[in-house]
Amino acid sequence: MIISVASGKGGTGKTTVAVNLALSLNNVQLLDCDVEEPNCHIFIKPIFKNKNTVFIPIPQVDQTKCDGCGYCQEVCAYNAIAVINKEVLIFPELCHGCGSCAYFCPHDAIKEENEEIGVVEIGRKGEIQFIHGKLNIGKMTAPPIIRAVKKYINKKKTVIIDVPPGTSCPVITAIKDTDFVILVTEPTPFGLNDLSLAVEVVRKLGIPFGVIINRSDLGNKKIDEYCTSEHIPILMRIPFSKKIAEIYSRGDSIVEVLPEYREKFQRLFTKIKQGKN
Amino acid sequence: MKVAITSSGTNLQSNVDPRFGRCPYYIIYDTESGSFKAIENKSSLAGGGAGIQAAQNISDMKVEALITGNVGPNAFRVLSAASIKIYSGATGNIKDAIEKFKKGEYKQTIGPDVGSHFGMGR
Repeated sequence: MIISVASGKGGTGKTTVAVNLALSLNNVQLLDCDVEEPNCHIFIKPIFKNKNTVFIPIPQVDQTKCDGCGYCQEVCAYNAIAVINKEVLIFPELCHGCGSCAYFCPHDAIKEENEEIGVVEIGRKGEIQFIHGKLNIGKMTAPPIIRAVKKYINKKKTVIIDVPPGTSCPVITAIKDTDFVILVTEPTPFGLNDLSLAVEVVRKLGIPFGVIINRSDLGNKKIDEYCTSEHIPILMRIPFSKKIAEIYSRGDSIVEVLPEYREKFQRLFTKIKQGKN
Repeated sequence: MKVAITSSGTNLQSNVDPRFGRCPYYIIYDTESGSFKAIENKSSLAGGGAGIQAAQNISDMKVEALITGNVGPNAFRVLSAASIKIYSGATGNIKDAIEKFKKGEYKQTIGPDVGSHFGMGR
């Protein structure tokens, strides 16, 4: 079973939930797909054994073959190509490496050259297989790295995916083809607003989901009211606790310091499995 | 000469929109005949590369000069390749901007005057 942990709003506790859930279960793979700022490794402290470079193909124009027809510009979905006075201008920082320009060029004038955009690191901590991606500084396209991380999914294991915040392409790439999405939120106006955006995305993708309210005893009851009216199950509540904040600040995991949480996360997993089946 | 002005609306009383790639309309004004038409900017809601696409579009319309608020680096590269003269820093309504342009009150811009993503409101 593949469970992705997403949120909409950043800083609600995705990593806390992903890490502690992974540490509470057996036969687990933990994938940190927040490749712009991966941080699960701080809490898991894995030993990395392998590292693979991720490339995307960037178009290069062969001027001797190009007649400036402009078809590459028309097919580029990312506005990474302009054709002015029959000259092709390429904007590599906008290119997602989809390959359409080279595929559709009627004159075979576009070659693709690999450009490094980041790495995937594979490691282990005890029984947990840990994989994360890191997007190079200055690069803008996270999805190819997220896809490279997800290639390591082993369906015989319970797979936990830490998803980037937001509701854009990297989030969709991370939660696509997963069996269940946990949406972590907090009882604040921003928490509610971004939760409702994330719910729209997950519903569109047709993936079953539920909500965890972090710092649940703060703020107001609006998240509860929203979930009730939208028929969204609240799977777990994590209180606002100085102890948990201290554990997090030291880079430790909740379940290792407060063993009662291990059971809570195991119950969470059981609930998800039952809901799913 | 065809001049494009970034516009918040479809007539000469509309205001100049300060954004090049993400303005809702372009007023395409013909300085010889004094006629104009409003063109919807199809790239105003693009996920990325709005300035590049917008520059491509006005270049395809054989525009020779652009009056706007600001131009970012990517749009600047395309506009320069198309030899479109850029007059940035325009404000007020379209009619006044055209008058100022005709009187030569705008200075031609020689480089991008905002960074990428200026028009996204961040």
